[in-house]
Amino acid sequence: MAARIFYEKDTMTVFLDGEIDHHSAAIIRAGIDEAILASRPGTLVLDFGGITFMDSSGIGLVMGRYRLLRALGGELVMTNLPESISKVMRLAGLEKLGRIEEREVTV
Amino acid sequence: MKSTNEMKLTMESRSVNEGFARVAVTAFTAQLDPTIEEINDIKTAVSEAVTNCIVHAYPETVGRIYISASIYDNLTVRIKIRDSGVGIPDIKKAMEPLYTSLGGERAGLGFAVMESFMDKVRVRSVPGKGTTVTLEKKIRGRDE
Repeated sequence: MAARIFYEKDTMTVFLDGEIDHHSAAIIRAGIDEAILASRPGTLVLDFGGITFMDSSGIGLVMGRYRLLRALGGELVMTNLPESISKVMRLAGLEKLGRIEEREVTV
Repeated sequence: MKSTNEMKLTMESRSVNEGFARVAVTAFTAQLDPTIEEINDIKTAVSEAVTNCIVHAYPETVGRIYISASIYDNLTVRIKIRDSGVGIPDIKKAMEPLYTSLGGERAGLGFAVMESFMDKVRVRSVPGKGTTVTLEKKIRGRDE
């Protein structure tokens, strides 16, 4: 699973799709971090609209990107969270790490 | 209580098998007619337990993960996930939310997820011998 990444001004949007577990998180992480370090975005938007499954490895993925972004002075926005992953998100208190927005991002 | 149906499977501790393990267990549980939320709960808990085997039990090697699931008359499913890996020296500590022995990208929420998504979680571990995690959930289905 490869995350699709789009840029607009200093916002980098990552469209995640499929399943996030320990296996796929490693692959997704490598792609996102390479793009973050290359573009140094002011805002990183993680769009979960296409996610069908996520376990706590997804939480680790978000926490790790939050830390990297904070070190670079950027902010994290999470959007289009499907109902199926909201339970694991709430358990982890992820809303404390970034803004959660409901929005349609047009490509 | 005697089980009315059961299944067993053995797989290697390769991360690519995480998806297979959670789908296999939930496919077996489907005969209890669970709701989508119940399926998702079981899928997530199994994924956490299997990931623990891959990441913690066999950190440098590929070992075997033994999964069994039993269904009982009262519509309960009991899932056992066993490894013969390094074991957990301090189970209480390992189960604390946000505790992780690895740091970095691990959130330390595996057991917290299992406990909040299942009705019962039991952990038995002997350092140097391995760990067994038992997950139990009563399937209430659409009657709820």
